[in-house]
Amino acid sequence: MTAFRSALEYLSGQLRQIGLFIALIAIIIFFQVTTAGITLKPINVSNLIVQNSYILILAVGMVMVIIAGHIDLSVGSVVAFVGAMSGVMITQWNIPWWAAIVLCLGVGALVGMWQGFWIAYFGIPAFIVTLAGMLTFRGLTQIALQNQQISPFPDEFRALGSGFLPDLGGGTSFLEPLTVGLGVLATLLLVVQGVRSRRARQKHSVEEEPFAWFILKLAFTGGLILLITYLLASYRGTPIVLVVLGVLTVVYAAVMSNSVFGRHVYAIGGNLHAAALSGIKTKRVTFLLFVNMGVLAALAGLVFTAQLNLANPKAGDGFELDAIAAVFIGGAAVTGGIGTVTGAIIGGLIIGLLNNGMSILGVGTEYQQLIKGLVLLGAVAFDVYNKRRSGGR
Amino acid sequence: MRSITKTFPGVKALQDVSLTVKRGHIHAICGENGAGKSTLMKVLSGVYPTGTYDGEIAFENEVVQFKSINDSEASGVVIIHQELALSPYLSIAENIFLGNEQQTNGWIDWNKTNLEASKLLARVGLRDSPITKVKDIGVGKQQLVEIAKALSKEVKLLILDEPTAALNDEDSAHLLDLMKHLRGQGITSIMISHKLNEIKAVADEVTIIRDGKLIETLDMRTDDISEERIIRGMVGRDLGSRYPDHTPRIGEELLRVEDWNVYHPLDHQRKVVKDANITVRAGEIVGIAGLMGAGRTELAMSVFGHSYGYNISGRVYKNGTLIKTNTVSNAIKHGLAYATEDRKQYGLNLIEDIKRNISLVALQKIAKGGWVDSNREAVVAENYRKSMNIKAPSVDAITGKLSGGNQQKVVLSKWMFSDPDVLILDEPTRGIDVGAKYEIYGIINRLADDGKGVIVISSELPELIGICDRIYTIFEGRITADVARGQATAEYLMQHMTQEQETKQP
Repeated sequence: MTAFRSALEYLSGQLRQIGLFIALIAIIIFFQVTTAGITLKPINVSNLIVQNSYILILAVGMVMVIIAGHIDLSVGSVVAFVGAMSGVMITQWNIPWWAAIVLCLGVGALVGMWQGFWIAYFGIPAFIVTLAGMLTFRGLTQIALQNQQISPFPDEFRALGSGFLPDLGGGTSFLEPLTVGLGVLATLLLVVQGVRSRRARQKHSVEEEPFAWFILKLAFTGGLILLITYLLASYRGTPIVLVVLGVLTVVYAAVMSNSVFGRHVYAIGGNLHAAALSGIKTKRVTFLLFVNMGVLAALAGLVFTAQLNLANPKAGDGFELDAIAAVFIGGAAVTGGIGTVTGAIIGGLIIGLLNNGMSILGVGTEYQQLIKGLVLLGAVAFDVYNKRRSGGR
Repeated sequence: MRSITKTFPGVKALQDVSLTVKRGHIHAICGENGAGKSTLMKVLSGVYPTGTYDGEIAFENEVVQFKSINDSEASGVVIIHQELALSPYLSIAENIFLGNEQQTNGWIDWNKTNLEASKLLARVGLRDSPITKVKDIGVGKQQLVEIAKALSKEVKLLILDEPTAALNDEDSAHLLDLMKHLRGQGITSIMISHKLNEIKAVADEVTIIRDGKLIETLDMRTDDISEERIIRGMVGRDLGSRYPDHTPRIGEELLRVEDWNVYHPLDHQRKVVKDANITVRAGEIVGIAGLMGAGRTELAMSVFGHSYGYNISGRVYKNGTLIKTNTVSNAIKHGLAYATEDRKQYGLNLIEDIKRNISLVALQKIAKGGWVDSNREAVVAENYRKSMNIKAPSVDAITGKLSGGNQQKVVLSKWMFSDPDVLILDEPTRGIDVGAKYEIYGIINRLADDGKGVIVISSELPELIGICDRIYTIFEGRITADVARGQATAEYLMQHMTQEQETKQP
């Protein structure tokens, strides 16, 4: 009985971490039932990933900015601006598509440097600088496009948004072999990494996680990856953008939790003065965060443009709000210092699932907005309640 | 108050506490941090409404049930919290009548507001105009504004939670006088305080609380109660001495600051540090004594990475070589460390756990190629938790939930992990209870024994005299004396802290 109770207590301590996961799964199950199985159909899962990829990319950059105690309202306009530049470069300046991608990421970095300079070194609040950026880059988009749309784009470029990895089964096999291979590989890496870090923790005798919980978590995550692998493999295989997204998530999650730079970001968001007096170059870290946000926004812009096969002056409208909502649903704190990359990704997926599921159900856009708003409020309220319950600040 | 018991989830903060305060008395309450003093006062003043605790409260011989602060204030019980609750951009008068506006039909009567405010200010001995903004007056005066605000509510029982914690000696003395003066007008006061000399000076009775239980109430007027007697009640044991014994082993000069000049960051004409010269040798504990605003913190912070001030000039030598300390990271690289006077605002990341706070300054030591080894981090932090006796269930505990003493130990651990040669500790024991203070002194001695130079800035003269090998006095930005341990008496130091000497020290 006491063992059971201590297990329960342990689990309730983990509630904040697993709560999001549970919410995500509950939403999946809800839509799976209400849409009579369409939600988890292979084609829908594939579309879900592809169509939300740019929001997820933005959310990765946004969560870092928010952890540092800032905000970026300009990303939607930057998405449009970079999309426009890619169109101008490829169709008007006849720059090869791969060079255009590199140049566009460079444009994103310049945008980030511009905003980062005013925020970090000039000391203007990020809210104002990026609000100004939201207007300026929207304006530059319209100037670059001369209020026209640009289309079409070369196929190689479009693959970034809507392409798939080559089908090694020649399109005839029941499951696409490359996808299966990648999925199994990812699962193996997950298990090996999990066991290795658990061993290292035991070696330093800092392990506190019960063994059963460790196995359960590992089995669950592994199972989830294999399920997605199965679904993707039985459709057209792995979307290229999923590979991009997977790499970004793994790398940035590692940076935020284990790199010196990531620690500095959390320290700045938690207490700026204490961080500065601890020798952290707070201005440089802030500057780099915005440069990074600019590059990721550029990447999101390229993916979005490639997907639509269109550079449009109105593109990316409201993306910043979706990205910010994803970050807060993912458990970040408005005051900074708290948040995770995986949380932001799950938050983004929740928003994506709501959009997708409600569209399938034929819910009108007015109700979609209403429900998304309530979900955002509910998620943050749950977080605040949880913190208060645990006697936190 | 009879048989008050208050529990928080998992903790019994107060256990069967009964307290009687006589009309027209100043009643002091003391105890270590976390003993339950503030909780008891919050119960009394309705911050914790009736029903959330057991026991009953009788005020003027009637059982009362305060459901909120409004209830208790209506009965004449006013609490002034440790962190002052004034709005900085409003005027003194507006603050005094905040929530109790002098109005006719919903419109504020400014003449009445300011007139009544100046009457109240006269009663507390504050000569500033009532239209001065609160942000423009010092903490000492802000405390007086709080009391004026209490008086405006026809206070009968005034509760002061560590009223002098942030005040310098002069302001403290004024405040204590005011309390005596109010006692003469029939106002009863309850004062929570760590400062035993103040309790001795003004209190009629003192109640000691330890671990949520009432230990004893002493009559200060009839019995001859010594400070040691009170301390014994607070910690439950004899401390023997308040300062651990220490035999210094002083070596070569480590740090020398020459001709240091600093101007105020906003008022560029005003010099806040003037031609300061200080040295620290290995194994030496050097004190800096000065009144608040004398330039102690400004001197330390400007040396440490130019973290304060404008147009800073002067030279810093480390082991005889000129070094640059123009940024914090340069200062750290040259082996300097600075633990701030305000732990919560400038020292710690309160929403982060112990281990990440400790590792922050010297992350490179546990990182390879920019990646932190979080296992080594946990081990390092655990070692400090044990060696520094940080009272927390584990190094994953959030620092914001620790007591002041334990927070300070985390700050010290953080700087010790960066392995500095010279540590500047600004008010290392402010707001810390007697037992933890003793431990901090022990840590300071250990640092000196390891051959480090330690500079201690403190407002408490007995503390400096008790632990330092040498003490500089600073007055209006100028170093006025360099006093060896043998010569240091409170009177001698105070003399140099309050007047500039004719002969300048080398």
